[in-house]
Amino acid sequence: MRHAWTIAAKDLKLRVRDRSAFIVGIIAPLGLAAIFSSIFNPIESFEFSATYAVVDEDQGIVARQFVDVLDQFGEGSKADIVVLSSRQEALDLVDVEPFSNEESADAAFVIPAGFSDAVQSERPVEIEVISGQGGVGSGVAVAFAEQYASELTYARIAVASFENLGGAGDRFASGLRAASIPPPVLLDSVEVDNKILAGKTFYSAGLAIFFLFFTIQFGVNSLLEERHAGTLSRLIAAPLRRSSIIAGKAMMSFVLGIVSMAVLVLATTLLFGADWGNPFGVFLLVVAGIFSALGILAVVAGFARTAEQAANYSSMVAVVLGFLGGTFFPIGQAGGLLADLRFITPHAWFMQGLGDLAGGNVADVLPAVGALLLFGIVAGTFGLMGLRKGLQP
Amino acid sequence: MESRALIVECRDLTKSFGDNQAVKGVGFQIAQGETYGLLGPNGAGKTTTISMVTGLLESDSGEVLVGGQPLTTRSVDAKREIGLVPQDLAIYPDLTGRENLIFFGKLYDMSGADLKRRADEVLEIIGLTDRANDQTGEYSGGMKRRLNIGIGLLHKPRLLLLDEPTVGVDPQSRNAILESVEHLSDEGMAVLYTTHYMEEAERLCDRVGIIDLGLIKAEGTRRELIQMIGQRDRVRLQATGPLEAGVAALAPLPVAKEAGVREGGIEMLVDDAGNWIAEILGKVSGAGVSVTSVDIDEPNLESVFLHLTGRALRD
Repeated sequence: MRHAWTIAAKDLKLRVRDRSAFIVGIIAPLGLAAIFSSIFNPIESFEFSATYAVVDEDQGIVARQFVDVLDQFGEGSKADIVVLSSRQEALDLVDVEPFSNEESADAAFVIPAGFSDAVQSERPVEIEVISGQGGVGSGVAVAFAEQYASELTYARIAVASFENLGGAGDRFASGLRAASIPPPVLLDSVEVDNKILAGKTFYSAGLAIFFLFFTIQFGVNSLLEERHAGTLSRLIAAPLRRSSIIAGKAMMSFVLGIVSMAVLVLATTLLFGADWGNPFGVFLLVVAGIFSALGILAVVAGFARTAEQAANYSSMVAVVLGFLGGTFFPIGQAGGLLADLRFITPHAWFMQGLGDLAGGNVADVLPAVGALLLFGIVAGTFGLMGLRKGLQP
Repeated sequence: MESRALIVECRDLTKSFGDNQAVKGVGFQIAQGETYGLLGPNGAGKTTTISMVTGLLESDSGEVLVGGQPLTTRSVDAKREIGLVPQDLAIYPDLTGRENLIFFGKLYDMSGADLKRRADEVLEIIGLTDRANDQTGEYSGGMKRRLNIGIGLLHKPRLLLLDEPTVGVDPQSRNAILESVEHLSDEGMAVLYTTHYMEEAERLCDRVGIIDLGLIKAEGTRRELIQMIGQRDRVRLQATGPLEAGVAALAPLPVAKEAGVREGGIEMLVDDAGNWIAEILGKVSGAGVSVTSVDIDEPNLESVFLHLTGRALRD
């Protein structure tokens, strides 16, 4: 480990001296984030419109109340509300091929028979949300239903407390009991992301993860640079294990990645007002993101014969994954095949994790962190095999 | 020489790259304080051999023992005994000379004041003390070469391997490098020196292995190698007068062979010309020949190589 640190420290010194890591890791993403967020900023200027279908199979008082609230929401948010009579009609309306001229809905709410009775008798019941292509409209539908369920729970706590007002002193206990009852409305069929990053944060995060791949490649590709420069033979001839050489390069990449991301998070927060969310959650995502980038770039470097070739391959991979992963455009909100395909990239998981963090707590980033680590482990295993094979003078 | 400790012993090393068998069973030994030269043309297998001796390459078969310990690509302890000076420059141009030394010193588990002191010593040895804090990218080619050697001997290895260290070096730096190697050998370091320059091998090496096409064709001291092929000194007399009579006058001398008239003079092969030249001149002058100049070509490793392989070293 000591030898690995020695190699990493030497590499960092070289990178600081040639300033390349500074430019690629900090200046470029910071500059582009500033330009993108000030010129385009599509999310903040995004005009929402959607069509929602609602099927009331219950016809009870609470169900009618839900439809009324949905109507009010539609008027306030430029959403069209279509009332249908059967679940099948709703399915047909939502399940329309993309780019078709047929009438369609972004999502449909199905209120089951017995809904009102269940709510009034404190039994759990579900509202089904049928979402379409996973666009913004679908996400808003899920968020709306969640909000409604949440407000019903608060109302029941209040009612429970009110009923016990006369019962000396145990109002608090009654309230707790009421709160422990499962929420009266449960959501079914949540299929879309319901948390969206604001424009400045989106571009800051997107460009940070995009350029992270370029920053990390300095470490991975330096192994090939050492071979080209002839210094690899000295490293191999020295009394250290070959794994120490690879570990040294990984450490250097890791430190560069951490420093680059830390500076970017701080700078975009202070300069552009980006809101990255809980720092610990961001730290977890950054570490996992670096790990995944290391793995993928190690695979790429394994195919290259020279440092220049590796740099070219890495750049191509970083650009393709970056675009597909939605670092420049919120591809997940576009719906369709691309929205699903983006999850084959670590970039998408990183953005997804930040989105989850923005609307929730640290635990919400764990799926994204897990996915990023999985990328790192799988790709890193193959990458390590390639790098060890290439560790020849 | 036999009483000195054996530092490195290679036995029957072979190495192939695909269908090309680069080394076909090379073996040699080097004792403490001995300089052993591998002399051969480019592509003879010198660098492949030295790569196996340093643990850079795994041999297909055979064995390398350094200080009695087997050496492979995974060895750690045996590698501590070796200092490598690669054929190509192996230094970081964005680090200073001192930083290069300190970095490689740390890889050999040197640290603190000891490392700093040793780095200063080495800078002194290679004559770079004044430029120690300059980035090596600003060094001249000769200075880079000297630093390349300095890194190899920083940790005081028992065996120093120099792979054609003077290729592309100006005469002044070349001489400085050769003097350094002589000095290290005098201090007791075992040296494995590969070169295709016959003069360097003759000047530096106690013993020489003539290598070609992956095989050591012959091995020994310079004198042993020359005697091995039975070559004699070639003597040329630029002369005027009755040259045929002069040739006839040499006939009774048993050491003068194949004497004849060639290109305005007399030419012959002589065993140990230095001892016999006065007598030769006396015989020829006695025959009425007037000698204007004398050239004696002693056989060298070049001629040994030519004899063994049928090719010149620089072919």
